[in-house]
Amino acid sequence: MDVTTSMRVAVSCRGVTKTFGKGENAVQALRGVDLEVLLGQMTMLVGPSGCGKTTLISVIAGILERSAGECTVLGEDTSRLPDRQRAAWRGRNVGFVFQALNLVPTLTAAENVAIPLLILGVDHKAALARAGLMLERVGLASRTRSLPPQLSGGQQQRIAIARALVHEPRLLVCDEPTSALDHETGHKVMELLHEVASSDNRALIVVTHDSRIFSFADRIAHMDDGRVERIETFTKT
Amino acid sequence: MIRIALRMLVGDRLKYIGLVAGLAFATLLITQQGSIFAGFTRRSGSWIRDTGQADLWIMDPQVEFTEDRKAMQDSALLKVRGVEGIEWAVPLYKSYVQARLQDGTRVVVRMIGLDDATLTGGPPIMEQGTLELLKQDRAILVDARDMDDGLRLRRGVGDEGPRELRVGDRIDLNEHETVVVGSFRRTREFFWDPVVYTTYTRALRMAPPERKSLGYVLARVKPGLDPREVARRVEETTRLRADTSDDYEARSMDFILAKTGILPNFGITIALGFVIGVLISGQLLYNFILENQRAFAAMKAMGASNMLLLRMVFAQVMFAAFIGFGLGVGVTAVVGQLLHDSKLAFHMAWQVPVFGGLAILICCLIAAAISIQRVLRLEPAVVFKG
Repeated sequence: MDVTTSMRVAVSCRGVTKTFGKGENAVQALRGVDLEVLLGQMTMLVGPSGCGKTTLISVIAGILERSAGECTVLGEDTSRLPDRQRAAWRGRNVGFVFQALNLVPTLTAAENVAIPLLILGVDHKAALARAGLMLERVGLASRTRSLPPQLSGGQQQRIAIARALVHEPRLLVCDEPTSALDHETGHKVMELLHEVASSDNRALIVVTHDSRIFSFADRIAHMDDGRVERIETFTKT
Repeated sequence: MIRIALRMLVGDRLKYIGLVAGLAFATLLITQQGSIFAGFTRRSGSWIRDTGQADLWIMDPQVEFTEDRKAMQDSALLKVRGVEGIEWAVPLYKSYVQARLQDGTRVVVRMIGLDDATLTGGPPIMEQGTLELLKQDRAILVDARDMDDGLRLRRGVGDEGPRELRVGDRIDLNEHETVVVGSFRRTREFFWDPVVYTTYTRALRMAPPERKSLGYVLARVKPGLDPREVARRVEETTRLRADTSDDYEARSMDFILAKTGILPNFGITIALGFVIGVLISGQLLYNFILENQRAFAAMKAMGASNMLLLRMVFAQVMFAAFIGFGLGVGVTAVVGQLLHDSKLAFHMAWQVPVFGGLAILICCLIAAAISIQRVLRLEPAVVFKG
């Protein structure tokens, strides 16, 4: 790896393992994962169900502790941080787009988007103002006061993306972002994510089964049985 | 995040209303029963408060409460008058006697005999006539409420049907004919028997003959002196019991609470209200947390610490408790006000909302402690599960 590349590395995992349970009931979800994710790129994790994709992004995002191996994310080995500091690190550096979205149905779109800022201690009014700007960026300026159940699946997904970006994290972790969307909406969502990654020099990790969106990836890591089997790199023109 | 927590709480209207209604109901149970209990205990001192002219109540040392008649010798009055610090002292008679109304209805009444000269110790408010009318021959005063209740002529006189007792009607007290010359209003008491006032001398004449007949000596302390200090002097000098009005009221209340068992009876109801409050609020809060656990887990993944989530849940619980308690105590107060003139013993002493509030607070804290375990144990990784 040359110096220029090493400066662009957002995530570096070496021999990462994760075992759930103990003794006879132990399940090894990750069996020595080696992976690098670069800033400004969209890296997709693909593979069959149960191959360890979600476990890997949970470890990378610092919400699950690895059993062994090394993993540095944005220059920090989060496993060495106490719980409280690790939570604060996540709050500052990681944005999440969950498969189930996890929007709070009783909060408006702006309030949902403002949550990461409020967790970071930003004043309520200022947080709502920034959330409004982010919603404008994802094309939902007119729906800031709408509740999630009043919006379509695509609009909800865009709220989730706005929420993941509002605090300007350097790592964005997306779990099946298009699984509940039709082809056209899914395509638009991926365009938005790709624009976010390339324009703001962020690292994006997208877990997906959806082969229709593979073309958006800069790199695709194929996983199977708890390992990264191969990595494809694409050069965009 | 506290505002977000509250928005999450009130956003789900149905559950929020259910939670607040549950807490309001528990508050209503606790404060309503508490107020009735306070009302009953307060009624045990009504007669003492109504007899407000006296600083001291002097009685036989064995008297336990207001309806406990253990008479003293008449000489007690002179002994009390001789104690330094006593401005004046008057006799007061009180006893249960048989009464027969004009239509033959027989009832037991409480007869109170007032000092003939000063009529000290009389009822607080006159409704018909004046207290001075007691100086007329055979005169008695009756409680205005009893005229159509305990002293109602249920059988009717002659061709008349049943009717209320009226001024001018005759009542035989222990076979002595008396005439109702007026009526008064008094504070409702713990005991329900009708009350009639007459003069001390007339009361003695009508009462069964006894060697000792003096029920109480009412005394006023000279200005500037401490009534309790003078009471101590009276007890030393006369070997009788001397209580200030407050002390006698408290002693009567304690005796009635101890003997009637109303404390445990009301206590059980209040405890039930507390348990229902814990169960209702606990279950509703737990369900609320359960339904929001993915949201809490997502916040945890997004960097929210356990402390922040605890503060959010605490704010939600406190807000629901505050609104529920406010509604419950408000309904209790309104019901109490509407039933103010009824027989319901209702008195919302300041302790009732204070202890009611504490009970609801404890209810909610227990419920929150149970629910919060769920939040603390949340693995943020669950948010990646579909």
